[in-house]
Order: sequence, then C-alpha cells, then structure tokens
Amino acid sequence: MTNSWTDIKNTDLVVVMGGNAAEAHPCGFKWVTEAKAHRGAKLIVVDPRFTRTASVSDYYAPIRPGSDIAFLMGLINWMIQNDKVQWEYVKNFTNAAFIVKDEFGWSDGLFSGYDPEKRDYDKSSWDYVIGDDGFAQVDMTLQNPRCVWNLLKEHVSRYTPELVEQVCGTPKDKFLKVAEMIGECSAVDKTMTSMYALGWTQHSKGAQNIRGMAMLQLILGNIGVRGGGMNALRGHSNIQGLTDVGLMSNLLPGYMNIPTEKEKDWTTYMSSRSFKPLRPGQTSYWQNYPKFMVSFMKAMWGDAARADNDWAFHYLPKLDVPTYDILRMFDLMNEGKITNYFCQGFNPLLSFPNRGKVTSALSKLKLLVVMDPLETETAHFWENHGEYNDVDTASIQTEVLELPTTSFAEDDGSLVNSGRWMQWHWAAATPPGQAKRDTWIMAQIFLRMKKMYQDEGGPFPDPILNLTWEYKDENEPSAEELAKELNGRALADVYDLKDTTKLLTAQGKQLLNFSQMRDDGSTMSACWIYSGSWNEEGNNMARRDNSDPDDTGAFLNWSFAWPLNRRILYNRASADMQGKAWDPSRKLIEWNGEKWAGYDVPDIAPTAKPDEVGPFIMNPEGSSRLFTRGMMRDGPFPTHMEPFESPIANVFNPEMRGNPVARVFAKDADQFATSDEFPFVATSYRLTEHFHYWTKHNRINSALQPEFFVEISEELAAEKGITKGGTVRVWSKRGSVTAKALVSKRLRPLQCGDKLVHVIGIPLHWGFMGAARKGFGPNSLTPFVGDANVETPEFKAFLVNIEPAQGEVVS
Amino acid sequence: MNIDLSRRGFLKLAGAGVAATSLGAMGFGEAEAAEQAHVRAFKLASTTEVRNTCTYCSVACGILIYSKGDVAAGEEAHVVHIEGDADHPTNRGTLCPKGAALKDTVLSATRLTQPRIRRPGSDKLEEISWEEALDKIARALKDDRDANLIQTNEAGVPVNRWTSTGFLAASATTNETAWLTYKVVRSMGIVGFDNQARV
Repeated sequence: MTNSWTDIKNTDLVVVMGGNAAEAHPCGFKWVTEAKAHRGAKLIVVDPRFTRTASVSDYYAPIRPGSDIAFLMGLINWMIQNDKVQWEYVKNFTNAAFIVKDEFGWSDGLFSGYDPEKRDYDKSSWDYVIGDDGFAQVDMTLQNPRCVWNLLKEHVSRYTPELVEQVCGTPKDKFLKVAEMIGECSAVDKTMTSMYALGWTQHSKGAQNIRGMAMLQLILGNIGVRGGGMNALRGHSNIQGLTDVGLMSNLLPGYMNIPTEKEKDWTTYMSSRSFKPLRPGQTSYWQNYPKFMVSFMKAMWGDAARADNDWAFHYLPKLDVPTYDILRMFDLMNEGKITNYFCQGFNPLLSFPNRGKVTSALSKLKLLVVMDPLETETAHFWENHGEYNDVDTASIQTEVLELPTTSFAEDDGSLVNSGRWMQWHWAAATPPGQAKRDTWIMAQIFLRMKKMYQDEGGPFPDPILNLTWEYKDENEPSAEELAKELNGRALADVYDLKDTTKLLTAQGKQLLNFSQMRDDGSTMSACWIYSGSWNEEGNNMARRDNSDPDDTGAFLNWSFAWPLNRRILYNRASADMQGKAWDPSRKLIEWNGEKWAGYDVPDIAPTAKPDEVGPFIMNPEGSSRLFTRGMMRDGPFPTHMEPFESPIANVFNPEMRGNPVARVFAKDADQFATSDEFPFVATSYRLTEHFHYWTKHNRINSALQPEFFVEISEELAAEKGITKGGTVRVWSKRGSVTAKALVSKRLRPLQCGDKLVHVIGIPLHWGFMGAARKGFGPNSLTPFVGDANVETPEFKAFLVNIEPAQGEVVS
Repeated sequence: MNIDLSRRGFLKLAGAGVAATSLGAMGFGEAEAAEQAHVRAFKLASTTEVRNTCTYCSVACGILIYSKGDVAAGEEAHVVHIEGDADHPTNRGTLCPKGAALKDTVLSATRLTQPRIRRPGSDKLEEISWEEALDKIARALKDDRDANLIQTNEAGVPVNRWTSTGFLAASATTNETAWLTYKVVRSMGIVGFDNQARV
C-alpha cells in the first residue's frame, strides 16, 4: 500500500477491482465503511461476481475474468476525452512531457521490437530521447506528438466504451457510470483510492493490470494524497516483510537485486545501477545503492567483505536465468533435477498450479523437509486419501521430514502489515510438545553445515564459513539481535558527510536510519529500508501511542512504518508547485518557505524546493511514469492480452495467445485448453470464514464453511441440468474435482460481442488434512503459467467444463 | 509508550474494589466475609496478557492473548483466550470470523508436536529425534551442494550457484526469522528461493 488502512477513511471514492476486501480483509474494510459514513464516500466494485464487497457498494459493474486492462485503458481514454485530468499534476509530476524515440510504436496488439521466436521484445525503442546535455528531452506544453501524453492518448483511443463492452462483457451504460463517478476525482478536492489484491496479480499480465490503475490514479492526481493511492491488500500477515527482506529468487533485501552472471564483478554490477538523474536537479535516491549494498554485504560477511575483494561479491550466487521462481523450480523438480526441497510454512501441493504436476514433481525429490505448525497436505503428499489424494504411495521414493514449528502465539518479533507498519509482538505461550522456533531450526542446520565444511572441506566453503554469526546463543539467535542487524549499526565512527568533524554515530551504536549508511565498509545493515526501526532510541516497532493529532489517520507514534516512519508514500505530491496542499482540508505536508513539514514524514529532502525537485525521488526522472520505458517485459503501456485459456480471441490480434512474452514450458503448453472442449471460464476466490488452507484445521471455521463448493449462475445450472446443492464434476485439461453446486444470482453470464460467457467461481480452502470435510481446491485445475514480469501464476482466469455428478442432493 | 497498567491488572483492582466497597457499605459483618469468599475472581485476572498480531491477513489486527503462566518470566504458559486489542488503531478491538477463532488454531488437534519421518515407499510417518532429523538434513544438503554447486560458468566467471536444492519460505514468520533464513539459504548459494508473495 502507498497509504495505510486507517487512511482509507479520508477518501471520497473507493474502487475495489481485483479484490474483495469485505470478504478477505474485513477489519481493514471497516475504514471504507468509515469513509462512507462520515465523508459520504462512494464504493464501486468491478468484479466477475457480485461479491460481499459488491453487496455493500454504491455501484457494481460485472467484468469478464482477465479483461481488466481493457476496462482500465477504457477509463483512461474516457478521462482524456472528457477532460477529467488533474493537469498540473500530470504535467509536473508524471513523465507526460517526456519525448519518446520515433521508433517506438504499437500495432496488432504488439509493441515495436517483438520477436516471436524468442517470445521477447527488443525494448531499445521504448525509451526517451536523450539530449546533448545528457537529460531526457521534454515538451512542457504537451504539443510534441512524440511526448508520452500524446502517445498515451493515441494508445488508449482504441478502448472505446463499445470495445470495453465487447471485450469485458461490461454493459456500456455500466462502464460509463463507473467512468463518470471516477472522473469526479480529477478535481483537486476529490480523491479516490484503489484497493486490489490477488484478483489483479494472479494473471499472466498481472503487473500490467496494476500499472493500468496506477496510471489512472496519476492522471487523476491521486497518488501521494490522503485518501488516495494504490493499495495492494497483501494476503498474509508478513508477506510484505518476507518480500522486503528479499526472500525471492532474484532479490537482495530492500529491493536490491541478486547479480546475474553477466555482472562478472562489483564494478560491472554497479555500472548499470548509477541511477543518474534524467532531469536537472532531481534526487534519484537510488544513487545511494552502493551504500545500501555494501552495508548489506557487511551484515552478511563482516570482516570477510572488504573493498579489496569487491565486498565478497562472489559469495553471492549469480543467476543465469531471470529467476528460479516456484514455477521454474517445480518444472525442474518434475524433470528430476532437484534433490532436496524445503517448505517453511508453505503448502505448495495446494497453493501451486496444476496439482497433478506438483505431485509428480514432489515424488521425484530425494528429500522434502516441511517446517510447519500444522499438518500440511504437502508433508502428506505421498499418503493416499482416496479421490482426494489418489497416489500410489509405495512407488513414491521421496523421504519426508515433518518438523514441528512454533506459531505466532509462541514467537517474538515483527510483522509488516499491508501499509508497511512494522509491528512487534510478544510470545504468549510455550511451544507445544517438541515444536521449535524457525530460528532455532535454521541455526541448527547452518551450524551443522559449517562444521562439516570445517571438518571435511568441500567446494567454495567461504560464504558459509565467513557468514556473520554474532549471537549470544549461537544455537538460537534472538529476535532482538536479528532486528538490530536489520536496522544496522556503525562498524566505525560515522561522521557527517558535509561536516566531517561532526560525529553522527559512534562505533558499535545502532544507526539512526539509512541516511547514515556508507559505502566504505564503516556501516552494516541487513535491510536498508528497515533502518530506523531499532536505533539508539530503542525498538520503535513496539511503540504503542495511538494518538492521532487532527484525526488524519497517520498514527505516527504507533509502531514504525518503513521507510523512515513515513505513512503515505510520495506525500510531497499532495501539494502543488508552490508547496501548498491541493486540498486544504486534506493537508499532508506543505512547504513553509524553508522546509517541508506537516502530518507525515516528508517523502523528499526536507529542504528541497517545491518548484525544483520532483516528488518521485526514487525515479531518475523525479516524476512518476505513465510510460515505463523498458522496465517491464510486456510493454511500456498496458495493452489488452487475453488469458492463456480464453473463450475469446484477442480483439487486436486473433493469433496472439495469452501474454506474448510470458514464459511457457513446453509440456505445459500442451496442457492449455481451447474453449471448444472447455467452454467455461473459471476463477478462484476466498471466503471470509477461512484463511487459505490453515483454518480448516480449526473446528469453528470448519463448521462455518464445512464443505467445498463451486459457484455457478442460474442460467448455467439450467443449461447443464444442475440442481441447487447437487453434486457436480468440474474438470480442466489438467485435472478434475467434485463439489457441491452453489447456484446463485451473484454470477451472471456476460455478453462479450456475439459470445455468451459463463463464469464458474471456485473457492480455495479445502484439502485432505485438518478438521473440515475433505475436498478439493482450484489448483487441481489451474494452468502452469505465470505473469511475464514476476511469474505469479494465472489462477484467476482459465477454462473448465462442468456436468452434474453422482452425489447426495441436500437442499 | 507501553501502557503499564494491563487490563488484567485493571480487572484485579476493579474486581477487588467492587467486592470491598459494596458489601462493606452495607455493613454485613461476618456475612460480608462469607460473601466475599463466594465472589470468584474474573477468569482473566489470573492470566498473563500479551500483545500480539493476528497471524492471518495483512490488516494485521492487534490481539491480546491471555495465557495461564507467563512466558516472559520463564514459566510454562498455555493460551486460554484471544481477543481483539481495543487500543489498536486499525481494528480497534474488532476481529473477523477467522481472528475471533484464533485460539482454536493455536490449540488445533493437528498442531505438530514431534519431528517425524516418512521413509521412501512407506505409508506412515515415524517419530524421529531432532538430532537425527537435523543431522540427516545437514548431510543431505552437504552432499548435494558438494556434488552440484556450479562454481564458474562457461566463460570462467565465478557464479557459485546451487540450483538442485530449493527453499520455499513462509508468509507469516517474523522479519527476524526471515533475515536468519535469508542468511543461511543465500550463504549456501541457493537460488531456488521464494516466499508466498510469488503466488
């Protein structure tokens, strides 16, 4: 989230699209209710189903799964056609005025540079014209036909309300009503918030869905303001934190990158990370990358990371492919190329696409280690549970270790919420039986490995032998010790860079924040964005002052929000070019003639003059991007792409299947279906009574929602002879499930051009372990393909068939 | 900034106060003592209150866990009750149908309490000691890394990449656990490393 849960109360319009917050985030959704009750805010829901969120909305519009980009580009087109644009914001705070190379273009659903053999773009034309002064050329009048604004205007002109209706199945009048309501928020005293979740991410073009809304929000001037923003409602209690700390194939902590093997040394690695400003006087904060990187290397390897050995650069693994993400790993596993695999609190048998393939892959491992508080299906994948897990146990040679871990109730530490608040919690109970903390388990594994490398030797033991391990009890590092490493400390006295006689932090002391980090090895920090969370003032994550001066929703003294306790990202954009709030009733920070001050920690240098330095300090442009240059694999603007399995051909290019640059493994392509055989669109979803595959271990939640069902429309039920509460079989090209049929008015067929599209909803909470009745989930059916940029699987739009099946009729 | 007077302490004070003042004011003498012996203390008054965060979604509602015993004092402690934290700015004491039933997840019958192993081809899990399980894991890792660590690529560039062992990290562990996990996994050269955010 750019903003926070409590800030939602400041909005005038909530758009829930790609999510179902009332169902999946009930206590956060309460802030929508607050905005409606106290500000008169409106709520729009755009979703294939009339969801629980839709049931309390002011306006609902249906949409075909996987067609969101067409809807969003349609909205942008409507805003431009109807002059619903916050012009001063667009001109000054986005890259609308930047001139793009002549070679860039779009035709037949594809951008310039497409290579169908490589399934990739040559992105060299997707860039600005750079002038002789080294800066990007701009035309502040927006007259130049090659400026971003005019290219965008042309790009979205295809997305007329008629085209939206044809592609999305959203009736034109409903689309126009949504557009009109949203258009009101281009006024400086009106703001809109976007609340989305996995309904947008779990597509082969998920990242472009989100870009589409981010662009709309920028055009309306809604980023960086109270009650605005792009608010990703994260799913798990610390999924934000695990990503911040870099537990992804291609990441280092704090959104730095694991090197690729093309980056053969430190100098080469840093050469593509100079982040030189693209406009005069801009901040381009990532220019500090070397400071954060050296501090990280010192946190990992201490004295073994030195200037004369490239800060131990070769201790880091180098990637030969963009990522070894979960899809690639399970594909390799299925090819017999993975020996050992760990699942720490993660249940891939139910969470990953194409369960048949996942079962086959796990069966080829030598050793599977599962660390979990609960009995997971993954740990029991080899166990035969009749139709619910029909495996040949004796033939599965995988050895499985099931290790009991603590739950939240038995552990201390911090979790990062969706709004980036780092909240400390304390253990309340003794672990059951022999359950152990993950920190103890990881320490035991590491100490044993280290001893073996000391005793036996082996290939390149250096990164293991030299890993820092400065803990009082080497067997169980404490949460406090680890949190302090995340914040970072001075390894030598740290002086002010401008006044070198002024001592900022003495050797051995915790750093105040990341402004004190250095690239000379004198500081260490595991995760620069967390710096400030545990400095010499103590554990700021444990702060519990819930006062909120003037009721802005900021709660600056409650916990600690990264970065620097900032509650609303890009908050300098809440003020105009003179530094005055666009909307005086929603003041956030303002320029007082000398510095920025107000209700939040300024997201800009405090003394940066408002007419000189742009608000998007992380970007070398100083502005936000309506056009993303070559930063995304599938285009600098979002363009409509169908799901890999779709009942409809791409309206711009009938030959194009799915995302033209998404990675597809050969055997998985054979398992993609067409609508001739599988005519219905399926989409997965969650229920408020359950949390993924955890609460089926809980008798209360299991009683509230005891049994697997699928949701279909009355029209489809009639067509297929399916009775309410009857049993149905749903199958895809990859698997089959049986379920109770929930026949409801919440799903209606969508008229997309001359095609009537039926949608089937499949909730995801059942398996074969725990207290609830055994059942299936959607991933027995889902396709094994991910988003082109981040490889998130396409769970939200795929093809199935359905028929009545034998079973007890209950209603 | 922690609030020193916990709700448990407050209840103790309030409970005692009510019993003493109302009965004493009516002047029942011995009956007062007998009656006071009947007044049962609030159940929560004998518990330890601990601030925690709901383990489910990223709204991260504040919760209060009430336990018999005090972990901080080194005692055995067992959860007896969980409720929303009324001081928390986001949830203000409210919980959803999942959060309201948190205790039954902590105390679920399918909580794991003992390391277990499933041997190749076997149809059952057997108990195994922590020592044996951890030795087995370390041996398997060392053997595979020794056999499959790719130290240099064809161009001779050091890559120190280990692709044949992978690690899927969690979604509800703490940042501190995440950092220690990161250190251990990356120092070995593992690149098949993801967390739930990938899906």
